[in-house]
Amino acid sequence: MMIKDEELKTSLPGQRSSMADYLSPMARSIKPSGIRRFFDMVSESKDGDIITLGVGEPDFVTPWHVREACVYSLERGKTQYTSNAGMPELREAISGYLSDRFNVAYDPANEIIVTVGGSEAIDLALRVLINPGDEILVPEPCYISYSPITALSGGIPVGIETFAKDDFKLTAESLQASITPRSKVLVLCYPSNPTGGIMTYEDWLPIAKVVEEHDLIVISDEIYAELTYGSNHVSFASIPGMKDRTILVSGFSKAFAMTGWRMGYVCGHLELISAMLKVHQYTVMCAPIMGQVAALEALTNGIDEMKKMIDSYNQRRRLVVRGFREIGLECHEPQGAFYAFPSIESTGLSSEVFAERLLKEHKVAAVPGNVFGKGGEGFIRCSYATSVAQLTEAIERIGKFVHSLKS
Amino acid sequence: MVELKNEILKLLKEDARRGPDLIATMLNVEQADVIRAIDEMEKDHVIVKYAAVVNWSKVSEEKVTALIEVQITPERGRGFEGIAERIYLYPQVKSVYLMSGDYDLLVEVEGSTLRDVASFVSNKLSPIDSVLSTKTFFILKKYKQDGIIFEEHEDDHRLPISP
Repeated sequence: MMIKDEELKTSLPGQRSSMADYLSPMARSIKPSGIRRFFDMVSESKDGDIITLGVGEPDFVTPWHVREACVYSLERGKTQYTSNAGMPELREAISGYLSDRFNVAYDPANEIIVTVGGSEAIDLALRVLINPGDEILVPEPCYISYSPITALSGGIPVGIETFAKDDFKLTAESLQASITPRSKVLVLCYPSNPTGGIMTYEDWLPIAKVVEEHDLIVISDEIYAELTYGSNHVSFASIPGMKDRTILVSGFSKAFAMTGWRMGYVCGHLELISAMLKVHQYTVMCAPIMGQVAALEALTNGIDEMKKMIDSYNQRRRLVVRGFREIGLECHEPQGAFYAFPSIESTGLSSEVFAERLLKEHKVAAVPGNVFGKGGEGFIRCSYATSVAQLTEAIERIGKFVHSLKS
Repeated sequence: MVELKNEILKLLKEDARRGPDLIATMLNVEQADVIRAIDEMEKDHVIVKYAAVVNWSKVSEEKVTALIEVQITPERGRGFEGIAERIYLYPQVKSVYLMSGDYDLLVEVEGSTLRDVASFVSNKLSPIDSVLSTKTFFILKKYKQDGIIFEEHEDDHRLPISP
């Protein structure tokens, strides 16, 4: 997202004719997310019969013991600031959890910050790393915020296309091909939103080699780490030699069904974390204490319940993948997150047109793949974090639509 | 097989109308294996019945339900079994549990009126020889039964589209 010269001109006093003229060129250059248009379309529809597969969050409510722990803490008057980096006992718990489950060790005293969702963690990491003009490599299709946040810091996002034939894995060749002398950061998001792709230990090794060769630093957004099916998640930070080069971003939203709490965390090398802590303390001070108390309860007593939720996603994952294949849509098998990413190329429609007509004519909302960047065109993202009954009905409706297009 | 059966039972407990095809897909196993497992469990009385869970308070036909704590003298040789059977064979008795603690049997009785239940207790239950005492508690409202919440109908509060 390069800013043109004329856009960079800030209008001077006396020359401003509208409120927009007060805005910084940066604010003006940021485009609203492509998802927004779809959100408006679905929200404005008065039709109550719409089934939405467009939701990027669990269909579970936060488990009661977690909510109850928060309510209890409020009753006890826990309403204050916490230390900037987050409650020490929560950082201890995060450290223990990451080491138990993903074999990565971070010192709770100075290598972990509790953030306002994974989103803040991504923002912090990009802000402390980017020098204007730095190129930030982002495998796509991917979550929609990396590129705009990069641009906000003056960085240049460089998309690296990934493909269904590779199960949307990042390959060393395509990474290598995108590197220039200005490349500085590689942003990873595996398991992937929107594709459901994952990276195994063997997949990571050649990537790690390229990262080392080109002295890149990695921001690894592992928010879907718990949601892998058939194999355990491999953190990029756990690859030999990569821990100091990796800023690990994660949170409680997806695994513990805690999206609205906005509880995330970022872990990394002491020097990087202390820079992030400065930004964090001036911008948000600390993550809300209510959420921190709940997150601590989730880590302490919520692992079993979390595993049940993951079993349930896995059952629904099998259902939708089979469903899409049966109605004649190619669908690579997603191994993580809770999205299927079927190809709609065979229908001859673009992602946008397909999704728009699917919504208007058959009352199913899905997100067109092109909003997720390079390589997303020709696909739709369908979340299977929805009831079995709704999924079955949605696939039937999509099937009718696909059939009508092909006959 | 034991594990498969447990997984099948969990899915059927959520929704007993799920067919073997759907269950097989969700569990990533062969449909024939699911059919066989269900057949076996039906034969072995592991799956006893497929019945609807009804919230009767929403139906015009009101019912009165009471929980009755019953103290009894166990019979020589048969313990509580014989007396429990004499009680559970009544159709108006919906459940009977042998309990630890101050009393022996917890009996759930259903009737169409308060008087119905009262007369069952005084005419049928109390006169049984080994019954020493009964304490009747009428149920005023059912909030949750067998893991299923009755009143609360949770709407989906999520935004229809999110990144």
